[in-house]
Amino acid sequence: MIAEFGQISLILALVLAALLATLPLYGAYRNNQALMRLAPSLVIGHFVFAACAFGSLTILFLRHDFTVANVAINSNLLLPWYYRLSAVWGSHEGSLLLWILMLSGWMLAVSIFSRALPKPYVTRVLSVMGMISIGFLLFTLLTSNPFDRILPGPPDGQDLNPLLQDPGMIFHPPLLYMGYVGFSVAFGFAIAGLLGGRVERDWVRWSRPWTLMAWAFLTGGITLGSWWAYYELGWGGWWFWDPVENASFIPWLLGTALIHSQAVTEKRGAFPAWTILLAIAAFSTSLLGTFLVRSGVLTSVHAFANDPERGMFILAFMALVTGAALLLYAIRAPRIMTGKAFGFISRETSLLLNNVFFTVSAGMVLLGTLYPLLIDFMGWGQISVGPPYFGAMFVLLMTPVVLLMPLGPFSRWGRDELRRVFSPLVLSLIGAIVGGLAIAALLGAWNVRAMTGWIGGLWLILGALSYFFRQGQTRRFRLPRHQIGMILAHAGAGVFVIGVGMMESMTVERDVRFEPGQSLEVAGYQFELHEIAEVKGPNWIADEARFTVSRNDREITQMNPQKRRYHRSGQIMTQVALRPGVFHDLYVAMGEPLQDGSGAWSIRVHINPFVRWIWGGAALLMLGGIFSATDRRYWRTQKSEAQEPVAGSGEVPA
Amino acid sequence: MTPTRKRRLSIIGLIVLGVGAATAIAITALQENMMFFISPSDVHAQTLPADRHFRLGGLVTEGSVSRDSSSLMVSFKVTDGAYEVPVTFTGILPDLFREGQGVIAHGHMSEDGVFHAREVLARHDETYMSPEVARALEKAGQPHQVSMPTTQ
Repeated sequence: MIAEFGQISLILALVLAALLATLPLYGAYRNNQALMRLAPSLVIGHFVFAACAFGSLTILFLRHDFTVANVAINSNLLLPWYYRLSAVWGSHEGSLLLWILMLSGWMLAVSIFSRALPKPYVTRVLSVMGMISIGFLLFTLLTSNPFDRILPGPPDGQDLNPLLQDPGMIFHPPLLYMGYVGFSVAFGFAIAGLLGGRVERDWVRWSRPWTLMAWAFLTGGITLGSWWAYYELGWGGWWFWDPVENASFIPWLLGTALIHSQAVTEKRGAFPAWTILLAIAAFSTSLLGTFLVRSGVLTSVHAFANDPERGMFILAFMALVTGAALLLYAIRAPRIMTGKAFGFISRETSLLLNNVFFTVSAGMVLLGTLYPLLIDFMGWGQISVGPPYFGAMFVLLMTPVVLLMPLGPFSRWGRDELRRVFSPLVLSLIGAIVGGLAIAALLGAWNVRAMTGWIGGLWLILGALSYFFRQGQTRRFRLPRHQIGMILAHAGAGVFVIGVGMMESMTVERDVRFEPGQSLEVAGYQFELHEIAEVKGPNWIADEARFTVSRNDREITQMNPQKRRYHRSGQIMTQVALRPGVFHDLYVAMGEPLQDGSGAWSIRVHINPFVRWIWGGAALLMLGGIFSATDRRYWRTQKSEAQEPVAGSGEVPA
Repeated sequence: MTPTRKRRLSIIGLIVLGVGAATAIAITALQENMMFFISPSDVHAQTLPADRHFRLGGLVTEGSVSRDSSSLMVSFKVTDGAYEVPVTFTGILPDLFREGQGVIAHGHMSEDGVFHAREVLARHDETYMSPEVARALEKAGQPHQVSMPTTQ
């Protein structure tokens, strides 16, 4: 019964989405108040039915209803309740349902928080988002229905992929999807602006907090994914340039460019057309990401599903969305306003440079990700592009970004002088170089990567701090939230750079053969293996290695990595033992038993320096995004849009 | 030309130059870091340059895995049903590495016909097989059947 209820809710959501995409849009076109007034109620209904469908699937999972195929494949009687909950979005079908729920949630939020905006405009935004919802609801209902039955149901289900049976995996997909789907709001605002025939600074201002919020979620989602890969895959790295990672990274890069170009367009009216294109591109690449993950066309460690039909559907949908958006853009382009001219050295230029570097980076990642597909399609062979390509390109493209980032906030709109921009930063620069070299020397990290990491990172942090103090003096430390957000985010980038520099150069990595009773010294730490014991969990059985770690003959910690075998699927999983620390993590993973009768195992021991700084920096970026998005300025000024004063004082940051 | 135009032209010129340079570097880097996929049949059919890295894919031959007793060296054979290639690897194999299962090894061919792997990959999912491996098997006349759960 519940499955059928979910199914019907999903169909009703589709009907409401179809109504939302047509009637209110026509109303906005004809300026028919009655039709436009339909939109908010349709959005509420759409959300309620999407939530009902999602709730139904959740209940089915919690109640072990194995007559539903999706439950039978992804869950079993032994699975703890919290993983049954996360199994709802662990499967392909369920993750689409999550996508739809998120989309309807964003739509609801838009209709609630944008009441003050002109009605025809909000109506168009909601209709455009309704169209996107139609696409995804059709996709779910036609190719991947989560409520399909198998009768008679099996007595017990199979298993949720053990890799997904992990706390990090509970939050990673929802956050990532919040980000992906959140870009649909920026997309909706851009398209609504184009449809209205007027592209003005207004809609850019209105869409800014939404874009910032989506960007913050995406940052959080990618960070959680990286953290998960670090401890769950057992490889000890934090980023692998895997196609699926890239698929989430491309929208992030474009989103980063977008939040900066929106700042220029809103404040100065400069490059509006570019902002629209970025909004379209950010959402299109989100769709592309979904296509890459869900179609299995790419060789990836993440590729779970492998269904060309599904892939084709998303590809066609993406082509339709992007094509229609670009066509509309081409038709309306002549009517897009033009902004004020600006000098060669100005805030506009610095943000333009940001956009150039981030867009080129996105293009570069896209090229590396899609090139193998292209080569294969042309019949030239099967290739893959290795991480060194991405690594080299990224260092090349991000170095100027790091160098220029602190200069941006200090520059004035319109026209400025290099000396004036740079003079408040002289101290930061000296501090970064001297401090960076000193710290690198102190840590014994005499190599190019670590030193540039420290210098670059300190330059960003000190640059952000000196901006904070300069603004603080003039404003008595009562900074508006969007400035605090910017300072947090830029300092976060610095923390991130330090983490990457250290992690990429100072990691100690040992793969060794370990017998019980044996000990090994790595970077001053003594790892001693006492025994290999057998332990049992709710749905697995494991071999556990019991290590004692000591330093200078003082015991620091016990580390117990495991090799788990899951009962139902028989899948083997490595459970890493970690001792996290601000300055370095100890990391022990079990390899495999060596069949020579000695009870020896292959063991991987890592000392990962400053790896927490990578995620810490990313967390600051996310926090910065949220701070900026909640600035009252974006919400308060919406009513008095008509007489908007030009904020050209130079005090208003990006 | 007016000063504004001159400035615009110089900005546009700089951007074009930058993007052009980036593209050129990207394509060079791409060419250098490209790895071709090969199957055991390909290894048999031609002599591969020893200085290039490849991705060798196929199934691990049953009963071919053997370990060195004092180090972490493993040797095994990769087959596509038609031919076999011996592979050596030093380090920790992934969890899903199993005899009879699909595998991809990154590395190079040495003169003696042994593939030296730097990295060995198996998939995340029991039922999943890399499309490259599946196609290579099909070409060699050994299509791989994956036991998929029935949904209907």
